[in-house]
Formats: sequence, structure tokens, C-alpha cells
Amino acid sequence: MKVILHGTRGAYPTSTPDNQKFGGDTPCIEVIHGEERLVIDAGTGIIGIDWDQYDPSKPLDILLTHLHMDHIQGLGFCKPLFDPNREVHIWGPMGGTYSLHTRLNRFLSPPLFPVMLRDIPSQPDIRELGNSEIHIGSFQIRSDFVVHPGPTLGYRITCEGKTLTYIPDHEPMIGHTELYDDDRWVSGFDLAYESDLLIHDSQYGKEEYMKKIGWGHSCMTISAEFATRAKVGRLVFFHHDPGHNDHFRAQMFENFKIFKKYPFPIELAVQGQEIEI
Amino acid sequence: MAGYAIEIILSRQLADSLNIPVFIVDPEGNLLFYNASAEELLGRRFEDTGEMPMEMWSTTFNPTDEEGKAIPPNELPLVKSIQNHVPAHKTFWVKSLDGQSRQISVTAIPIVGRSETFVGAMAVFWGAEKKV
Repeated sequence: MKVILHGTRGAYPTSTPDNQKFGGDTPCIEVIHGEERLVIDAGTGIIGIDWDQYDPSKPLDILLTHLHMDHIQGLGFCKPLFDPNREVHIWGPMGGTYSLHTRLNRFLSPPLFPVMLRDIPSQPDIRELGNSEIHIGSFQIRSDFVVHPGPTLGYRITCEGKTLTYIPDHEPMIGHTELYDDDRWVSGFDLAYESDLLIHDSQYGKEEYMKKIGWGHSCMTISAEFATRAKVGRLVFFHHDPGHNDHFRAQMFENFKIFKKYPFPIELAVQGQEIEI
Repeated sequence: MAGYAIEIILSRQLADSLNIPVFIVDPEGNLLFYNASAEELLGRRFEDTGEMPMEMWSTTFNPTDEEGKAIPPNELPLVKSIQNHVPAHKTFWVKSLDGQSRQISVTAIPIVGRSETFVGAMAVFWGAEKKV
């Protein structure tokens, strides 16, 4: 299984010269196994996907973690959606009151977007997920709700014995930088447990987090503690704050590493990076 | 070991930040968590007791009515919420493990998740003498 990070930035895309190293596009990753491909999240990173690698005769599956703008703003510019001969499935979190279709339609309709969802040529099939298990080709996919404002899913994807967990927006303990001792009380724990690769929110430094409690994001410390508890094999810090340039982000990471050694590799996500699992 | 539903986890995070006693139970009525304020009421620390089955916690405080008559478990608000999946409220007397009798009001609500799944219930306890 291979993962390509097409968008690693949180909140909004950035294009300034001083944030090109880690990338400026908002969340989107591609999961590849042989000829099979999944797209997770539809931030502006989705625009960078090489669609020529996809077999147009096969369904395209796009899994959304949630509907905050940075995770869907690339949808309207996703070329396969505008191919009337293409079968597209968009999966995302169910909501308590409004359907996924209704909530997506708020964005994919005027005045925010010129084309109505119902008029998109591929007529995408909108499919809701909760705490669910599905199979798409060789991919076994588990979704669970995690702590983040609004209905938000994390995904655990297993293929041929290897597991990727993707939780790009997550504040497992609101207002704390330590987790509950009992794993059952830790949001997202079952998703991440013993994953070979965890891609996890780490938008802030520890001090910055204490000023942004309840915003739905993690600091590097809680992200690494979460990964430790879940016994993951490798951790990628994701959802970089757009207000942090490359130098600041790298320095924050260096400062984080001084305080504690972890028994698995940790790195900052880089747009365009390809990771073999 | 499956983790708790996100609605239960968030309920605990809320309970941890409140200075009023809170109980959180699963659909079977097992007491999954009570906060520090509830520890005062119970006279026991959650770290010491851990989870408790309904038969235990529903009788631990010796709930009685104004005339001192014991209230059966199925008339307690939290038990009603679990059994009927509806909010419930009642004022009654309890005796904590330190021997003190207190009049309390209890409001229980069912916790129903986004997928319309009943995942448990939460109760807040309000002492008659408590003023904010």
C-alpha cells in the first residue's frame, strides 16, 4: 500500500514562498494498492492528483472525514466529477439532522459554487458513514466518529495486512495535553491501534494549543502521546497551521523532539510525499 | 477491548469540567464514570471503585422519599432514562457513605448519537443546599 500526501495544510491554502517545503494545499491523500486507488478528503490537494492513473471505467471513491471547508474545497475542481460517464462515490459522515447530501449541497450550490450538486455531470452517489465497516476493492475501511467540531470521522484502512490510520482533525482531550489512562476513553484509539502508519492532526505547539482549546485540533505532544498509546509504527504530523511558515514549523518540531524520545519515527508531512507501508 | 462511543467520551470530558456531580452510564446501566463532585456525594473515588453495575450504584446512596421510605431503583431518574430512553427528573433524599443525609434533585437525559443509537445516559445531581 502506498500513500501520497497531496495536501497537508490545515484551515486554508497558502502559497507564500516561505511555506513551500511542507506544502500549501489543504488535506487530501491518495491510497494506492496496485491498480486500486482511494482518495481521502477533498481539500485543494485533490487538484494535484494525476487522474490519468485512474481507470475511468472503474468507480472513483472519495472519502471525506468531515465537511469543513479545507476538506471539501477541492471537490468543485475535481475533474472526474465533471465527466458524465464516470461513476463517483462520495463517502462522508452522517449528521444527526441533515443528510450528507443536504450538507454538501450547501457548498456545491450558488452563491458559493456556480454548479448545483444535482447538476454535476457525474451525478455522484453520496453515501453516509458512521461508526462503520466497509470494503472497497481490496481496502477494508473502518470509520469512527472522533472529537472535532461537527460530525467528523477518522479512517482506518487495511490492505494485505498493512494498516493506515488517517485522523487529520482531532482534539482527543479538550483542554488537556494528556490522555485518559483508560484507552477506552480515548477518542480514535480503536482506529489507530497498532497501525503501521498514523497520519494525525498536530496543528499546534503545546503552548499555542492552550490558547486554542476547543478549536478541534491537536498539538504535537498530544498527537505523539496518542500514537504512543495506540502503538503505531510511524507517525506523520499533519494539518500544518497556515500561519506557520516552514522555518517556524520545523523549529517547532525540533523543540518538540528535545523533550521526549518516542519509540517510532515521527516526521512532518510534506506535500507530494509518497509513503510505502 | 472496544472503546466507548464518542458521545460518551465527550460526556466525560464535559463532566470533568463541571463542578456539579455527574454520572455517566452505558445502555445496561453500568456506571462508566462519575466526576470529582460525584465522588464527594458517593464518598468514594472513581479511581478506587471503577465501573459499577446498576444494582450496586442504585442502592449505594440509600435513596428515600420525604417520609424515609426507600425508593426502588426503577423509580430513580437515571434508571428511567436508561429503561425508557427519555429524560427524567426527581427530588429525593440520599445517604452518602459518610452517613450524611442530603436532599438532592437529579436530572437524567438519554445520550443518543448521530446515528440515532442510544449509547447511554447522563445524570446531574443538584444538592438542595447548593447555591451558585
